[in-house]
Amino acid sequence: MSDPALKAVNLVKVYSGGAVPVHAVRGVDLQVEPGEFIAVMGPSGSGKSTLVHMLGGLDTRTSGEIWIDGTRADTLSESAWALLRRKKIGFVFQFFNLVASMTVADNVELPALLGGASPREARERSRHLLGALNLADRADAPPARLSGGEQQRVALARALANKPSVLLADEPTGNLDSRNTRDVLRLLGEVHRDGQTIVMVTHDARVAGLADRVVALHDGEVVDDGRITRRRTGTAGAVIDLR
Amino acid sequence: MRLHLLALLAKEPAHGYELKQALEQTFGSAYPSPNIGQIYVTLGRLEKDGLVRAVDVEQSNRPNKKVYYCTAKGRDVLTLWADEPTEGPRVRDEFFMKLVLAPLTGIADRMALINRQRRHYLSLMGDLNDLMARTPPEDRVALLLIEGAMLHLQADLDWLERCQEDLA
Repeated sequence: MSDPALKAVNLVKVYSGGAVPVHAVRGVDLQVEPGEFIAVMGPSGSGKSTLVHMLGGLDTRTSGEIWIDGTRADTLSESAWALLRRKKIGFVFQFFNLVASMTVADNVELPALLGGASPREARERSRHLLGALNLADRADAPPARLSGGEQQRVALARALANKPSVLLADEPTGNLDSRNTRDVLRLLGEVHRDGQTIVMVTHDARVAGLADRVVALHDGEVVDDGRITRRRTGTAGAVIDLR
Repeated sequence: MRLHLLALLAKEPAHGYELKQALEQTFGSAYPSPNIGQIYVTLGRLEKDGLVRAVDVEQSNRPNKKVYYCTAKGRDVLTLWADEPTEGPRVRDEFFMKLVLAPLTGIADRMALINRQRRHYLSLMGDLNDLMARTPPEDRVALLLIEGAMLHLQADLDWLERCQEDLA
């Protein structure tokens, strides 16, 4: 059997900067198989963002283990983890952090190049992703010229550019109107069908509805972890009660 | 269905089968395929209440067909229907009653109820996502209906989260 794409063992995060230590994540076990799409849900303050940030190495753990594609990551040096992250992890946030001095296309190509792709592969991948997100005509613009929704889609394209083992996302549709959300949904569905592993914190039910599995957190603990079943239904009239 | 048929008849007189076709054309895949028997039963009731009137129209080499017209009284009823605000979905639904009552009796705990309901909503949302993807862009009435159902589900999920914060 292949290694899990991502694994957390008894993962704990305590913020001890303030007057009282805050136990944000209290011993989470999570195993993500290759190709799975997991929606992480829960009220605000339940530890969702902290969990996903730790999994991506953007926040240090207090205790516990993090494994990425069979490699233990949490014991690596900062630079070694950064290297692993560049190859294996794509990250997309609610606020997009694009490089202002580079064009949209260069922003998207950068992680692919850092991950070892040839310039031609990187360019093709970027063209495909920007096309799928309806951004082909924005490729040569600087990010500042784009609307918030467009920038968010660029950030998603960038996160997918190096075909990461795992796409981690924290509220990636938080800023989008419904039409932009639809483009993002379509792309997420497409890359997931092609085998992309996704772990996504979201409040957006439409996005969560694409997932295979839901992990619900409450007060820093996993309170539910299970598959989302599908029934394969007929037409809109059959699904939606028109009383 | 009473008022839906009446509205179609206010647009133009029609016989039963034409009404079935008109429903299908207007709503696309958004309307559960109407049963012709049910349409005739409904027309009979509308006629009895004086909201529609039926006229026999002769047809060459076929039995007469009944064409229905909307009456003045029918038009008044439709105007009232259009003018009054419409009740939204009920919030004190069966799940809420379960959530409040079941733990008191010890037969279920709230977190388990909330978790099961969340999975159920997400599975419904998955169906709606599939449906949205399969619905052609020109079927705009159906797409709007699907989007409406999604927004309702979103509200249900948000509310579930509030219940989790306050009750569980």
